[in-house]
Amino acid sequence: MSSSTPVSLHANFVKRFTDGPTVRVDDLRVGGSSFHVTVLFGASGAGKTTILRCLAGLERPQEGFIRFGDESWLETAQGVFMPPRKRNVGFVPQDYALFPHLSVEQNIAFGLRGLPASEKRSRLADAMRWLALNGLEARLPQELSGGQQQRVALARAVVRQPRLLLLDEPLSALDTPTRQRLRGELRSLLAQLGLPTILVTHDRLEAAALGDQIVVMDNGQVLQSGSVADVFNRPGSLATARIVGTDTVLTCEVVNVSDGLATLSVGTSKLTALAEELPTGTRQVHVCIRAEDVILTRDTDSHASPRNQLRVTVRSLAHEGPLVRIELDCGFPLKALLTRQACAELELKEGCPVTAMIKAPQIHLISHSVAERQT
Amino acid sequence: MNSAEWQIVGFSALMAVVSTALILPPGVALAWFLARRQWRGKAIVETLTALPLVLPPVVTGLVLLKLFGRRGPIGAWLYHQFNMDVVFTWRAVVLALAVMSFPLLVRTLRTAIEEVNPALEQIARTLGASEWRVFFTVTLPLARRGLFAGTLLAFARTLGEFGATITVAGNIPGETTTLSVAIYQYIQLGQDARVWPLVGISLALAFTAVWLSERLQRKRK
Repeated sequence: MSSSTPVSLHANFVKRFTDGPTVRVDDLRVGGSSFHVTVLFGASGAGKTTILRCLAGLERPQEGFIRFGDESWLETAQGVFMPPRKRNVGFVPQDYALFPHLSVEQNIAFGLRGLPASEKRSRLADAMRWLALNGLEARLPQELSGGQQQRVALARAVVRQPRLLLLDEPLSALDTPTRQRLRGELRSLLAQLGLPTILVTHDRLEAAALGDQIVVMDNGQVLQSGSVADVFNRPGSLATARIVGTDTVLTCEVVNVSDGLATLSVGTSKLTALAEELPTGTRQVHVCIRAEDVILTRDTDSHASPRNQLRVTVRSLAHEGPLVRIELDCGFPLKALLTRQACAELELKEGCPVTAMIKAPQIHLISHSVAERQT
Repeated sequence: MNSAEWQIVGFSALMAVVSTALILPPGVALAWFLARRQWRGKAIVETLTALPLVLPPVVTGLVLLKLFGRRGPIGAWLYHQFNMDVVFTWRAVVLALAVMSFPLLVRTLRTAIEEVNPALEQIARTLGASEWRVFFTVTLPLARRGLFAGTLLAFARTLGEFGATITVAGNIPGETTTLSVAIYQYIQLGQDARVWPLVGISLALAFTAVWLSERLQRKRK
């Protein structure tokens, strides 16, 4: 037996659509039977949803295998295909697909058939309480808000105590304020469940906030996979870099919070950000800095207003039309986006030292609750 | 109206109910197979099912007469196996009504099933439901308006059936005479006074069935 986390899901398959795209999954591994969120990240049409549907058994790949634990869900060489009803996977599609003719309670209990009545009742009550759905038992789906519908769909998927949870764009059907609120909540809900989860999103903040591992997809192919920090800061190819964007994503320790400002430590540097989005007691956060918000200067002007002034070294310059994308090193990798003109005036070259300035409100904090600390 | 006329009304209603009940199980099954599955010969079955809608009813009646007559392939078998006669009995009335109204049920229900979002059926499968359970707890309840509308349409169609019935079942008073056949007969005999009550009854029945069916289909939107 290996001492590392056991791999529970191992998939390697090709799904072709007639007159359509081909989606290829090479060696996708999702570890363990404990809490772990894998994010399939990419633009729409990249094949993310197809992968979820193949894992749920709703699509049948033409070639390859899907293995879960010691079960074979798909072995095309042997003609093995386990139908969705036998996989015990919780699937929450993008539009939630609640049964419009059934009440909230009937929706959630749909998958509990065959269990003793007492077990059914207690699981239903647990799910209703856990997702704060009490009082909505008799409502029909069309009488619920988007956020409530999402919770019902999640409850319906998890009352069966599935072995794997698949969430397709779980927040995209919601309005912006609800989405921002639930982004934080969803990860702690998932952590309480303690299930391996595969989640599809095209939103960078969502990927960073919800994921442990990120799988970057484009055009039906996996481009790169790794930790959130790895994928965002060290994209393995230009294609990945284009998809993950020019933002800097860092994992930081929260050192101190006072007067509404948070002091963060990353490597040897300190950053100051607004603490209002930060739940109290947060120890570790993801920090997201948009490249266009980074100001570069040659002077060491201690009287400038930005709270964050970092001594940095230029690592590389890449011309993108009228803009120049600059990779900086300040103990952590930082990206900046400047016009060609500004670049020329500063006489930026590889290896030259400059000062990077970032205003505190432009450092976005994404709290990332750590599963192991949850009960 | 005398007792013979009441017998005709009662007999017609009974035949309509029996034939509609008889086509429901195969109609629901065929509608589902046409809406949800791809199979060889689907186009042929589709066409055959629709045929009674466009063929002259007399032709449909004649085909049934040839198939179910004592010397026909199906009729001979039934006669030898079960000593059962079909043509020119009440069974032929049920047969004619069933064949003529079957396409209306299948077409209406098929459209309703096609309108059910397949994502709901797929979710039910991921929740452990068998194909039977998916059908009876998701597909059929969501297509219920189509089921009611199709059943009513089929029922209304049986009340008006004439050509196929008279060809395969004849006009035997007290045995195979239906409402529309009786009306035709009274017109031929110039007995207008006996025609009007029967016309009123068929009008009322047909109006109610079509009106309900239309209402049900409209509400679905």
